[in-house]
Amino acid sequence: MSAAHTLVDLLAGRRDAATLGRGEWDGVISAARAEAMLATLAHRLADATVPPAVAALFADQRAAAATARQQALWEAEMARRALAPRGIEFVLLKGTAYAAAGLSCSEGRQIGDLDILVIAPDVRRAENALLNAGWEWVKSDPYDDHYYREYMHELPPLIHKTRDRMIDVHHTILPRTHRITPDALAMVSDAVRSHDGFAVLSSADMACHCAAHLIADGDLQGGLRNLWDFHCLTRDFAAADAHFWGKLDGRAELHGLRATVHRAARLARDIYGAELPPGWDRHVTGDGWFRRRLLARDDWGRSRNWLLQQAFYLRSHWLRMPPAMLARHLWTKWRKR
Amino acid sequence: MRYATRIAVGPVQFRIGSDWRAPIAALERLYAGYPRDDARAADATVRLFAARPWRRWLRPSVHIGGDFTVPDALPLPLSMGLLAAEMGMNLQVALGWRRHLLLHASAVARDGRALVMSGESGSGKSTLAALLGEEGWRLMGDEFTLVDPVSGDALAFPRAVSLKNAAIGEVAERVAPGRLGPLLARTPKGDIRHLIPRAEAIAAMHEPARPALILFPRFGGEAAVEPMGEGEAFVRLTEASTNYVALGEAGFATLARLVRETPAFAVSYPDSASGRALVEGLWAEAVR
Repeated sequence: MSAAHTLVDLLAGRRDAATLGRGEWDGVISAARAEAMLATLAHRLADATVPPAVAALFADQRAAAATARQQALWEAEMARRALAPRGIEFVLLKGTAYAAAGLSCSEGRQIGDLDILVIAPDVRRAENALLNAGWEWVKSDPYDDHYYREYMHELPPLIHKTRDRMIDVHHTILPRTHRITPDALAMVSDAVRSHDGFAVLSSADMACHCAAHLIADGDLQGGLRNLWDFHCLTRDFAAADAHFWGKLDGRAELHGLRATVHRAARLARDIYGAELPPGWDRHVTGDGWFRRRLLARDDWGRSRNWLLQQAFYLRSHWLRMPPAMLARHLWTKWRKR
Repeated sequence: MRYATRIAVGPVQFRIGSDWRAPIAALERLYAGYPRDDARAADATVRLFAARPWRRWLRPSVHIGGDFTVPDALPLPLSMGLLAAEMGMNLQVALGWRRHLLLHASAVARDGRALVMSGESGSGKSTLAALLGEEGWRLMGDEFTLVDPVSGDALAFPRAVSLKNAAIGEVAERVAPGRLGPLLARTPKGDIRHLIPRAEAIAAMHEPARPALILFPRFGGEAAVEPMGEGEAFVRLTEASTNYVALGEAGFATLARLVRETPAFAVSYPDSASGRALVEGLWAEAVR
């Protein structure tokens, strides 16, 4: 049993924390740290019986996550103050959105950069407004800059010069050159207000974006956390709205993400014990590779299974751009190593 | 990992894994006198590893990783494996510890009160702490001082003292040879030799001490003492802290309380003897 398996068993509630042997905690903690999920685990096990040293570490993690959440929401407020006077509306994405909307997956969730979505015509104005408000370009090379602007779904990252925090301004949720092209305009126009006035994606769109981010964009590095987000989001939304799964299905169809969202749901079932409605609860052979990739973490927090990692890395690029462009891109990147 | 050990320094339980035996053996020699509780889960994990499997034997070079890894950090040759382990332990504490406000400062204590010394490397804070630790003070640590947000007390982190360059000779002549680690010559940080703290300092490592005096030492130049206002001490200590920002309001409150309740001075001194004399004078004033 690998540390990553024990970690997901604890998160899923399949394993009682009191049954962990004294040698097992190190592995679980290291795997959780490597997956950026230690504070999530600390929340999940807040009432569980754990050894005193682990309880103390978990308490630290919960306190640190509460502070980090406050700082992330403050960063969102800073973006609002920069963009609102110019009449630029934005939708919060990912971790900051989950925190702003008070969703259960935000408990202990690590929040990295501030991710926002604006409609494509507003992107350049948003960039200017942010540059005027103290953000600046992270030093990058001309190829990367060109690549971002030409092909990506977001601007090159900006960093605030005094607060040292990054912002990613998205105009859609997957790279422009990706085989799947979600309807970003529909996402923005159907966004909803969180209680403190920030716009966040509608429930179904939020789950779609989460699945797209996990399955269709990237190599599944750190995927256990994104999958946990997806699991908590869909579970809570379905509990609040009996028609949620049906709505999600329709919305995923609109964005071209139906297979992606279904796969995320099956993985959430397999790894976190999610309950799926009929029609979703299927078994697909390819899922095994994803499960193996997600759980490839040893008890020192190291990635395992190098070949599988490489395969998923190539897959992420294959989905992201057409073959000729991929060849050009990898060649340029390789020469720059 | 192939080789592993556990070390407890102050409140931090480390787990250190390595692809080679030598760094682990060197650590275990250095930390043999520290209390050990192998059943306790680790707060921080350090990994010393070869970037490519063949680099375990072929020009072996030690990469430093763990819970936190600095991208693009240069590896060290295996002969400096002990330094790599030390750097790895520091890195994990600096980036991962959240229970206390972490100050990049040395500290010594006497009669339950602490003297905290903060400064850049080269300021002499380590050497001064090591020397005071041999003369009636309890060495609390040469690298990190932890401040408890609840009580405001300083907590010890008495890792093996990292003596550098000229300080090696100065301290070596005062201590038993058994308390010194191997000489690591010409490392990227100069010559390094570790000093094992006195047994009393290790035995007392869980005893907090109320800060009584903060010094910002500067080695070199005329002996001078400059009182420092709360504001300047505050700003300088935010710069000396690796987790001040991450702790948010708790960090601010802890540091504000520290500088309000504790007198601070900038001191320069031409040599260790006058440095120690300055410290004793200011200490007598502070605890009066």
